[in-house]
Amino acid sequence: MIKEYLTISDVAGPLIVVEKTIDVKYQELVEIELSSGEIRRGQVLEITEDKAVVQVFEGTRGVDVSNTQVRFLGKVIELPISLDVLGRIFDGSGRPIDDGPQIIAEKKLDINGNPINPYARDYPNNFIQTGISSIDVLNTLVRGQKLPIFSGSGLPHAKLASQIARQSKVLGKEEKFAVVFAAMGITFEEANFFISDFRRTGAIEKSVMFINLANNPAVERIITPRMALTCAEYLAFEKGMHVLVILTDMTNYCEALREVSAARKEVPGRRGYPGYLYTDLATLYERAGRIKGKKGTITLIPILTMPEDDKTHPIPDLTGYITEGQIILSRELHHKGIYPPINVLPSLSRLKDKGIGLNKTREDHANVMNQLFASYARGKEAKELAVILGEAALTEIDKKYVKLSDNFEEVFVKQGEDENRTIEESLDIGWKLLTILPKEELKRIKDKFIEKYLPTDITTEDKNINAIKD
Amino acid sequence: METAKIIKVAGPVVVASGLKNAKMYDVVKVSGQKLIGEIIELNKDLATIQVYEETSGIGPGEPVFSTDMPLSVELGPGLISSIYDGIQRPLDILKSTSGNFITRGAEAYAVDRKKKWDFEPTSKKGDKVISGDIIGSVQESSVVKQKIMIPYGIQGEIKEIYKDKFTVTDTIALIKDQEGSIHEIKMLQKWPVREPRPFKKKLPPIEPLITGQRTIDMLFPITKGGTACIPGPFGSGKTVVQHQISKWCNAEIILFIGCGERGNEMTDVLLEFPELIDPYSGKPLMERTILIANTSNMPVAAREASVYTGITIAEYYRDMGYNVALIADSTSRWAEAMREISGRLEEMPGEEGFPAYLGTRISSFYERSGRAKCLGSDDKEGTLSIVGAVSPPGGDLSEPVTQNTLRTVQVFWSLQDRLAYKRHFPAIDWLTSYSLYLSGLTEYYNKKIGEEYMELRNKSMALLQEEAELEEIVRLVGVDALSTHEKLVLETARSIREDFLLQDAFDSTDAYCSTKKQFLILKLIMMFHENAEKVIEDGVTIEKINALPVKAKIIRAKYIEEKNLKTFNEIEKEIISQISSTTD
Repeated sequence: MIKEYLTISDVAGPLIVVEKTIDVKYQELVEIELSSGEIRRGQVLEITEDKAVVQVFEGTRGVDVSNTQVRFLGKVIELPISLDVLGRIFDGSGRPIDDGPQIIAEKKLDINGNPINPYARDYPNNFIQTGISSIDVLNTLVRGQKLPIFSGSGLPHAKLASQIARQSKVLGKEEKFAVVFAAMGITFEEANFFISDFRRTGAIEKSVMFINLANNPAVERIITPRMALTCAEYLAFEKGMHVLVILTDMTNYCEALREVSAARKEVPGRRGYPGYLYTDLATLYERAGRIKGKKGTITLIPILTMPEDDKTHPIPDLTGYITEGQIILSRELHHKGIYPPINVLPSLSRLKDKGIGLNKTREDHANVMNQLFASYARGKEAKELAVILGEAALTEIDKKYVKLSDNFEEVFVKQGEDENRTIEESLDIGWKLLTILPKEELKRIKDKFIEKYLPTDITTEDKNINAIKD
Repeated sequence: METAKIIKVAGPVVVASGLKNAKMYDVVKVSGQKLIGEIIELNKDLATIQVYEETSGIGPGEPVFSTDMPLSVELGPGLISSIYDGIQRPLDILKSTSGNFITRGAEAYAVDRKKKWDFEPTSKKGDKVISGDIIGSVQESSVVKQKIMIPYGIQGEIKEIYKDKFTVTDTIALIKDQEGSIHEIKMLQKWPVREPRPFKKKLPPIEPLITGQRTIDMLFPITKGGTACIPGPFGSGKTVVQHQISKWCNAEIILFIGCGERGNEMTDVLLEFPELIDPYSGKPLMERTILIANTSNMPVAAREASVYTGITIAEYYRDMGYNVALIADSTSRWAEAMREISGRLEEMPGEEGFPAYLGTRISSFYERSGRAKCLGSDDKEGTLSIVGAVSPPGGDLSEPVTQNTLRTVQVFWSLQDRLAYKRHFPAIDWLTSYSLYLSGLTEYYNKKIGEEYMELRNKSMALLQEEAELEEIVRLVGVDALSTHEKLVLETARSIREDFLLQDAFDSTDAYCSTKKQFLILKLIMMFHENAEKVIEDGVTIEKINALPVKAKIIRAKYIEEKNLKTFNEIEKEIISQISSTTD
């Protein structure tokens, strides 16, 4: 029998303290019935012999100490799940909000999950073609990777994420694919953008969406990504699907965590975030991956907006320490009108080396990648120098590098929102750019590839590059 | 067995009452699920326990069982090639017993109880032995022979010693001590992780730990028995440097602790090490490696324990007289685990929320390294080197973990993300890094590698320093303002950076570079420089020198295979002849 308590002694921020509790468990699910009859949900954060600290997901507005009833449900938070979740939209705590029926659960899963045994992991090495040159060639995404997008307010990260979700595929095979999308504290417009974009392209059929908007309870954001990842684990490791999980915006998630931590009067770490922020983020991010002998995979793309575009802020910083690289968007490129504004130099995919090359992408991939990186970096450096000393101070060869780096942004990085380039097309654009440089400068490319792939005459259909080449 | 009951649960910290005989750091089993925990605070009959597993669903009133044992590791044949979690549970066994995810309350023996080992005695009946004496050995892997030692605290006369196939719990010898009681000796020993294993005395380190990495071996070497730290922001290549050291260093045993890091990195090691061949033994690297994997999403208390588990196993091999290298990635995550537990204990925090004892814990961990005269009558020597990664938040080295580590360690490899962005790897900054072992190693290097080693190193360091100064000038007034000699300095410094320091960890030839070859490459570069200096005085232009065809050969020198080191002689000759031809 479930006991009801009328013994709330304290209410502080999102927390309530319930006294005289018996047989309550840590992290147990709690139902709170307000005097108005409204039912809210919460979770036990700390428990002593006769006292339980409960965090209320929907906030404590309207909670009073005399009439509010508290019920401990005897279980941890679970997600009811079956294949019917595909195509559905839920709120941040997993209740349907698309006017559809309740999910008839095949099973109920603890949303905290269990850590994958490192020994059971398989190394991610299957190339995912996103159709975006600056990702495919330079910061290659592979299946089972966690690759965040570091963005800033006002940058088109939503567009980019939805383009990745739409276009991603593994070469050569048709396999079951699904997108799990979790929104935490984003605006209605942004959420609506994703929903209507997924509807427009038909991706919605293969998607599961968990939506917590900016005006939804903040504390609920703490469970939203866990719901999404539990759902992803089910689809990937039990149903053999390749799941792409998009979490946006992690900054709001961390702020909710900070709010709870502050209410508990915990000793804060950097900038008021709790000391366990790293561990907490890791328990989310590390749920991505591949498992030996399982067909399905979880690829994770968390999106976060860096406060003041500052990469050393605790949220991007700790994220970068856990994820396998990062895609950094640049305000400067965005102002130049370049979409996607990916700043390739500080961006990185740690798993790219195992996902590219012969039989995966193309034999010349690694060489072209290194050459483009190095040449673009040199071009940028020369440009900086030119700003101080004037164009005249540049050597002939440096001028060529500057031209290459300009064209690189214009033709290689820049592409249409619906433009889906194959890896060959992307690499070929790279090669055409490299014709700007004298052949001797291509030090990072093996001679046999130069012979095979370097275009000797640029045809009229490539007048784009031809024209800029002057 | 004494039982008590839980009165409070807060994350990984549980308080129980009724444990009267409990001692600090005793292991307890929490609740009916038997979650493993350790007592970290005692207050009358209240014991605060850090639990090494997820505590959700646990509540007050549930039982706690004491084991009367401190957290210990099992030591014996079967450790090599294993992969353990932070409290020495074998992850490969756990996968077969409880599936792909680590569930709670899973138990397994750290050392296989069934496997039989061929025990080869080296002592005989009647021999007088003391603690630490080696009485026999088993071939643990194709390269490691585990030496079976008399456990600490036992000495006497060998009554019996058997030669046969044994499991680790079989009796292999009987020892009669002075009082006449008989001790059964087994291959399996246990040792509490928080207590350093004893040795006779510590000795100063004298030999370098060769890593095959040019920046490390030539510029900032570490010794066998030494300590080093690698701080760097994310993306600066910390993990690659650590992997390189664990792959190529010339220690006989490698302990790799993945402490609160990425799961896929451990997978990488697990898949790669059995394939890679150790340049010293010619056998797969896994045959000398033990892995401890407590990834970031695994319980935080076990992460705190993982470094102790690792170092105790490392000490065990040191005691056999081996050179052991322990690589910890990353000690910041370990410190953060301490901070998290300390916060749950509501301790008064020190800097940035870290506990006040952070510095003491870090330094006493690094102090467990060293070159030591081991226990036993044969005066064998073993070394234990520690390389710890530090992940400073935001790359800011003034934070407490980095600062406390730097106070203890002797070598500092400073990783810079600006070098990494330029794809200069290893991204070890040559201007801010240091090694305090340098003066002690000079004699060894000069004798073993080349007489001019020290001179060569110092000259190239001076050039790199000068380059940094000249670049300031170039930034202000342009390169044309420099004299020809200064231009040559820039050119040589660039050559040192690109042709010597830059090393490709993913290239089969370049990943490992012998000290001989390191010396030869640096010598080529400096030789070119010195010869060029002379002709510049005679008015030869820098363009003419840069255009010499031999420069291309210097660039390619790092790709010369180890068996073709004679080629260097020819290049040296070409340098001399080509440079002197410029004056014609």
